[in-house]
Amino acid sequence: MERIILIKYGEMTTKKGNRNFFVKTLATNLEQKLKDYPCTLEKDMSRMYLSYDEREEKEILEAIHSVFGIHTYHIAYTCESNLEEIKKTLQETIQKEVFHTFKVEVKRSDKSFPQNSAELAPIFGGVILKSKEGIKVDVHHPDMVVHVEIRKEKSLIYYNAYQGLGGYPVGTQPKGMLMLSGGIDSPVAGYLAMKRGIKIDAVYFEAIPHTSLEAREKVKTLTRKLAKYQSMIHLHIVPFTKIQEEIYKNVKENYVITIMRRMMYRIMETLAKKNKALAIINGESIGQVASQTLNSMFVINHVTNLPVIRPVACLDKLEIIDIAKKIDTYNTSILPYEDCCTVFVPKHPVINPTLEECEKEEQNFEFKNLIEQAVEETRVLKIKEQEEKEYQSLL
Amino acid sequence: MIYFDNSATTEVREEVLDTFVTVTKKFIGNPNSLHKLGLESKKLMKEATKQVADLFHVKEDKVIFTSSASESNNLAIKGVLGYYPKRKKLILTTMLEHASIYETLQHFDEEATVKFLKLDDKGHIDLQDLDEKLKEEPLLVSIHHVNSEVGIIQDIETIGKKIKQYPKTLFHVDGTQSVGKIPVNLEYVDLFSCSAHKFFGLKGIACLIKKEKVGLKPLIDGGDSQTIYRAGTPSVALIASFAKALRLILEEENENTKHVKQLNKKARAELEKLPNVIINSQTEDSPYILNFSILGQKPETILHKLEQFDIYLSTKTACSSKEEKSRTIYALTQSEERSKSSLRISFSKNNTLKEVETFIKVLKEEIL
Repeated sequence: MERIILIKYGEMTTKKGNRNFFVKTLATNLEQKLKDYPCTLEKDMSRMYLSYDEREEKEILEAIHSVFGIHTYHIAYTCESNLEEIKKTLQETIQKEVFHTFKVEVKRSDKSFPQNSAELAPIFGGVILKSKEGIKVDVHHPDMVVHVEIRKEKSLIYYNAYQGLGGYPVGTQPKGMLMLSGGIDSPVAGYLAMKRGIKIDAVYFEAIPHTSLEAREKVKTLTRKLAKYQSMIHLHIVPFTKIQEEIYKNVKENYVITIMRRMMYRIMETLAKKNKALAIINGESIGQVASQTLNSMFVINHVTNLPVIRPVACLDKLEIIDIAKKIDTYNTSILPYEDCCTVFVPKHPVINPTLEECEKEEQNFEFKNLIEQAVEETRVLKIKEQEEKEYQSLL
Repeated sequence: MIYFDNSATTEVREEVLDTFVTVTKKFIGNPNSLHKLGLESKKLMKEATKQVADLFHVKEDKVIFTSSASESNNLAIKGVLGYYPKRKKLILTTMLEHASIYETLQHFDEEATVKFLKLDDKGHIDLQDLDEKLKEEPLLVSIHHVNSEVGIIQDIETIGKKIKQYPKTLFHVDGTQSVGKIPVNLEYVDLFSCSAHKFFGLKGIACLIKKEKVGLKPLIDGGDSQTIYRAGTPSVALIASFAKALRLILEEENENTKHVKQLNKKARAELEKLPNVIINSQTEDSPYILNFSILGQKPETILHKLEQFDIYLSTKTACSSKEEKSRTIYALTQSEERSKSSLRISFSKNNTLKEVETFIKVLKEEIL
């Protein structure tokens, strides 16, 4: 008997032609995630089987739980495909499980096995009833489903499922550029985009000295938390001070935020081209603030032809916060450092800006060179899930 | 020099001192300052804290740095009592605790009830008695992991599992004499104290590990510093040196223990041969500590005689050596004589078999 982890694919099973690519990407992602643990991954078209060191089970399960594209995963036991061995394995392994009612589901892919599935289910049910006190069969609403799969080489026994994250493996879509401000919404947007298989780069607009180094550290921490799902994220740090100061000098106060967002989108588009990304992703949520009304989105979006994906557009703030807590970005996001969107907030930002007004305001200063310069001076950091150890030599 | 007082303190490790000096010189910023210098100090402090947390398998925000294990113990007890004013003020402990627990609890004589757990003849907590007393749902159980005088090891896993059945009861363990010497598993522990100078770190830096759900009222108020539980400008250099000392001692723990066991075995065998010598430590106690009594002799006199030969050990623990008799030995043996004449050898990786031999020779030929 060997204890393994059985991994079942999620939504991706619907992708007929691309299946191979999806499975391969998932396997690569899993292997990357598990690279520090000695284990071996076998895969076929519908599942993966992971052999591992039981002492590291907790860490390994946690790692599997951060990979998109997995529907469910189970602790499973393999044994010789004969009735006695299967019964023995059931008897032994059922002891650890806690439940009151159960049912047995048998799958027999080895058709040469003497009994068929319908005959086997009651046999195994009987074994389980005898092995454990105070349990009974309930075929409609059982606490526990005992799966037995009879296969040619080895048979497989497994119990209730752990829910995986679902979605598609990261990397099954091209790259997207995430606008990461440090607030609550944008990390959630990044998480949801990755869930659909998009590999993300993060972009942070920095306005030193109006924003602090602490704010940058905060964004790095958020990026690190997202890197849990994609192993490494490029964080682009755009020096935005000059542009922001020019805007405040030259644009009428109520249009300041609108124009600032248009400048950011222009920079995003240039960075996307440079980095072979096909979309802009951000945490805009319809109506949340003045720059996120449909009118604002319309005039801001107007400066780019790239698709702008707003995963949290239709979520309430509380729904976004729920996800932020789940992915452990919330506590970092609420740290009180100014970011470039909060530094200069006009008293009455325009809620229904018009294209005409925007274009008129933008004629007040020469922004093309500034944008080029900002892109030119953008620095890129590689952020991994594990905090980089800068001072290891001292410790 | 033969230094056999390593449970009182150890000499600082060269590499640890190097870290302290380098960090003191190069990281001048206050980690709470907003500027770059502050940020660099803060980053180093966070990295060091993370390292400590990782080594104890806990989360980084649960490590509270303090000035000494005594402060950690005080913070654990007073902090819990202060944070849960409405809970039943019952604390369970043992007669074998360090003065920083014992004396602290004495202060709460009127406000809180302190009950001492029964011990078996080897000094281990009587689990039946524990079960019985836990039914009263005490606020806190505070015990040592390794007793500092005799080296008795308490099974904190078994005890912790029992305590976990009572969600309102918190479990504090004083690990001052266990870290780096025997394996420490904090799975069932809510609060844990330890101090760097017991494992070749510097004096002046210790920590209290606090699990997530545990509330603490600070002893020193003044806002959020390294944590919200202890105000005061953090000493980044001391914190970094703590992290390094801890990493190094844990890396060599197995090897050191193997070596120290040999020293202990040799010393025990030789001492047993001497007239009027009774060994108070049992073989299953921590090998780092060997406590014995020389009946009919004042232990202070022996200590000072050995001092003349450049050999250093202690009577009881350094922190309680002015009391008349040893509370621990008395609790264990119920013997006035043994508890008034006890001496403690405490070993480290730096001691040698040769030193044990010399010590025995001096004791036999010059002193007894």
